Amino acid sequence: MSADDMLILAALALPGAGSVAILLCGRWPKLRETATLSTATLLLLCVLALLPTVLAGGRPGVRLFELLPGLEIAFRLEPLGMLFALVASALWIVNSLYSIGYMRANHEEHQTRFYVCFALAITAAIGIAFAANMFTLFVFYELLTLITYPLVTHHGTHQARAGGRTYLGVLIGTSMLFLLPALVFTWHVAGTTDFTPGGILGDRLSGFALAGLLALYMFGIGKAALMPFHRWLPAAMVAPTPVSALLHAVAVVKAGVFSVLKVIIYIFGAETLAAEASTDWLLLVAGFTIIGASLVALNADNLKRRLAYSTISQLAYVVLAAAILAPLSLVGAALHIATHAVGKITLFFAAGAIYTAAHKTEVSQLDGIGRRMPWTMAAFTVGALSLIGIPPAAGFISKWFIMSGAMGAGQWAIVVVLLASTLLTAGYISCPSYIELSFSRAAGRRTRARPR
Amino acid sequence: MTGFLDHYDYWVMLFLAMSGLFIVIARGNLIKKLVGLAILQTSVYLLYLAPGKIVGGTAPIVDAAFTVYSNPLPQVLILTAIVVGVATLALGLALVVRIREEYGTIEEDEILHLDADPADPADNASASQR
Amino acid sequence: MNVTEHLPILQVVLPLASAPLAVLLRDRLAAFVLVLAATWAAFAISVLLWLQVGESGLISYAIGSWPPPWGIEYRVDALASLVLMLVSGIAAVVLPYSRASIEREIRPDKHYLFYAMFALCLSGLLGITVTGDAFNLFVFLEISSLSSYAMIALGKDRRSLVAAYQYLIMGTIGATFIVIGVGLLYIKTGTLNLADLGVRLQAMTSHRPVLAALAFLTVGISLKLAMFPLHQWLPNAYAYAPSAVSAFLAATATKVSVYALLRFYFSVFGETAVFQRLPMEDLMLVLALAGMFVASTVAIFQDNLKRLFAYSSVAQIGYSVLGISFDSVTGLTATIVHLVNHAVTKGGLFLLLGAVIAGMGGVTLARVQGVGRVMPLTSFGIVICGLSLIGVPGTAGFVSKWYLILAALEKGQWWLVFLIVLSSLLAVAYVWRFVEVAYFHAPRADLAGAREAPLALALPAWTLVAATLWFGVDTSLTVGSASRAAGQLLGIAP
Repeated sequence: MSADDMLILAALALPGAGSVAILLCGRWPKLRETATLSTATLLLLCVLALLPTVLAGGRPGVRLFELLPGLEIAFRLEPLGMLFALVASALWIVNSLYSIGYMRANHEEHQTRFYVCFALAITAAIGIAFAANMFTLFVFYELLTLITYPLVTHHGTHQARAGGRTYLGVLIGTSMLFLLPALVFTWHVAGTTDFTPGGILGDRLSGFALAGLLALYMFGIGKAALMPFHRWLPAAMVAPTPVSALLHAVAVVKAGVFSVLKVIIYIFGAETLAAEASTDWLLLVAGFTIIGASLVALNADNLKRRLAYSTISQLAYVVLAAAILAPLSLVGAALHIATHAVGKITLFFAAGAIYTAAHKTEVSQLDGIGRRMPWTMAAFTVGALSLIGIPPAAGFISKWFIMSGAMGAGQWAIVVVLLASTLLTAGYISCPSYIELSFSRAAGRRTRARPR
Repeated sequence: MTGFLDHYDYWVMLFLAMSGLFIVIARGNLIKKLVGLAILQTSVYLLYLAPGKIVGGTAPIVDAAFTVYSNPLPQVLILTAIVVGVATLALGLALVVRIREEYGTIEEDEILHLDADPADPADNASASQR
Repeated sequence: MNVTEHLPILQVVLPLASAPLAVLLRDRLAAFVLVLAATWAAFAISVLLWLQVGESGLISYAIGSWPPPWGIEYRVDALASLVLMLVSGIAAVVLPYSRASIEREIRPDKHYLFYAMFALCLSGLLGITVTGDAFNLFVFLEISSLSSYAMIALGKDRRSLVAAYQYLIMGTIGATFIVIGVGLLYIKTGTLNLADLGVRLQAMTSHRPVLAALAFLTVGISLKLAMFPLHQWLPNAYAYAPSAVSAFLAATATKVSVYALLRFYFSVFGETAVFQRLPMEDLMLVLALAGMFVASTVAIFQDNLKRLFAYSSVAQIGYSVLGISFDSVTGLTATIVHLVNHAVTKGGLFLLLGAVIAGMGGVTLARVQGVGRVMPLTSFGIVICGLSLIGVPGTAGFVSKWYLILAALEKGQWWLVFLIVLSSLLAVAYVWRFVEVAYFHAPRADLAGAREAPLALALPAWTLVAATLWFGVDTSLTVGSASRAAGQLLGIAP
């Protein structure tokens, strides 16, 4: 077994081992938090150590065991998965630092459970990132849903339970109802579910069958939150802010769009799909989701709800970019996973900081918040810029790629959708009641709150 | 006229079986149900025994004097079935005795009525609160 | 004389002999030790038989050296050996559990009788599986049924008596129908040996008495396996029986009945007679689907967890029947795999519920509030088993579901695929009723002091939970044996 194989296994095992350590240290908060942070750091180092090999073109892989004849749990690294693993492991550190502060400041209960589930969720995310076949990805995908359920319902209140029901119902529902049949069907048709460049379906399917299978996959991956299966994301907003960050930036929705990319590139193959006109509906659905979610966000008063719908819209960017099927837009899609993750986590942290320091949750209550929490709101502004796609923020780069891909493919309607959504994004993220007023002098004279 | 009454033994068996089944379904008295069940089981004995009988045949005694034998196997089988039937009836009756001790009645509808009452008041009270 | 030659008969005789001995001993500890030895020996024998069958393919044992078809033949093939191992394995786990469990639920002076009944029931179930003789099968069926009626009646709640009585009536009607079916076959062919019947019936599959026999056998066995809509006896019987009995019956009784159905359909009548000349395929498909949906829906509205999971059993039996209705190697593999997986899952689940009863005094949803806090391990185990019922990957239930979906796809029936997955979403609903009550409610004030189950209860239960997880990860035993058995049933593999 080579060093790379060991590193892959280590990356997979680390968060799990970390969760055990956290569980054991449950009585001593400081020790527990140290365990979280050190596991996160080790994981990032592990992933970074694997990076050079992958960048040099290496594709190290490990086969663990065969679950059913011909279906195995196996892992293989490739650039896209590497990107996702990097995002997840890097943001885990940031998120852990933030959650320590947040959970303490808000006197949350069951903190040990929180950290354990968090670490396990990262295991699932790494498993998804490194999966060598759709089957492995599916297993970890389901695992991620179940592990995040206690996080979403962390408060255990009536509201949290209702949110948890929607969360679980939509995610398990879509994955059982659509993704599992799609997976079995893929295996039935192709005899394998391995991720292979160029796809594994070849010319075995065409027309209605291909479009149908694509629909099963796209709606089956409920974590990508394509409308009409997006309800779980706003519902999960009952969770503490670090969990929202986990859902929106670190692991969950990213796992969704990552799976979408994987399926389009390695199961169908971009060329197979491009040659098939019957799969164009995906562009429509993604475009509709972008605009629709932005409009809902524009009207949402609750800050976290607004951010949630913004995520739905931004995720649809990735799906849309993937559906354009041009090489440039695929790059854009992959990049957007990372840029949106960084941007959105900033926004959520800022929202959490506002809640912790000022106990404000509604946008309409935020008058003058910029005066009281200038640093927080500065960070929020940077995140917002990235979300809109204004240079030099990172969001600009991914949007640039997506746009060029769309233009190159001659999809002018998509360009219009992208432009319109940029305007809408600018509208909901920086609308007057928000950043501008939040710096207003009059309101800022109220009691000062220290940003955390 | 061939047909209808040629196999009258089957008709008898069928009549018994259906009466037994009818009693089981239609009667509410637990003992009567068991009687019906016993009739149903008994009818099956006929199904096995009747075809095993050959007119003029004897038990399979290997001797030059006897040439026509009846098949003894069905009788052996039914002996077993009778044992099973008796055991079932005994167990059923024992259950009825216990039910009578617990409920004070052996009428099915009254038992169901009694069971509809809360057996564990604490559970039901908090169940209705939810 | 070699002992290994006589394994098939020892398999049945050891538990059978231990039953009257246990009664004679009249001492609960001695009875327990005796029955435990017999049960574990039966399990060991079943493993040996399974290994033997793996090598030689088929074991035929002539009782008293009377050659079949004249004498009674015991016949162990791939399917039988798997079911033998399942039944005796579950018994080997449940029996140690029952010792601590009946301590709380049954009067001490009746314990030795319980062990005797348990041994009888086990030998009956093993006998059904191992025998190659139709009438012998009926006798063993009655042995196992009579002892299970008695065991159910031992329940603490007085409703267990009525449940046992109802089961007795329904079960006896079912058994009588089976004897009628066997009798008709005997009248037509003059043989009771299953394999011999299979050969002789080929020439007369469209004769009316044979069709009548098929009908009687189908209805009779369906009563025993609680196929919808003949399942009414099951929920009460499982709900009010002592915990160990619920677990044992839920894990084995209906499974052995499914085995009997497979045996009659595929080894006696033959798949052409049952599925190609008669519309049994459609009939079973409709009943299976109805069972899956109706029973799951009813389960969602139950307040007693044992009843809830009993209805879930009816629904899960629907999956097994669905697999049969496909009449393909994949479909039968799904049925057989599900047989094993569901037995392990439900067995574990009912054992854990027994532990909850021991800790909280009952399993109504109102009572188990907050059980996740006072009995964390036990309720976590219930959640794992629940996930297996849903069919989450990593659990045994996923494997069966995978094969069912695959079988439906092979037939090109997409609508069926969706119905299968849709019904598993109903499972999410009833499992999550438990999850929410267990984890989001505070324990009732008088039960907050309840403690985690003792090791004597937890260890056997967790053995089955571990098996649930194991069969979800390593499927070489279950799927390997099941696909070989399915091949044999359809006459494809030797």
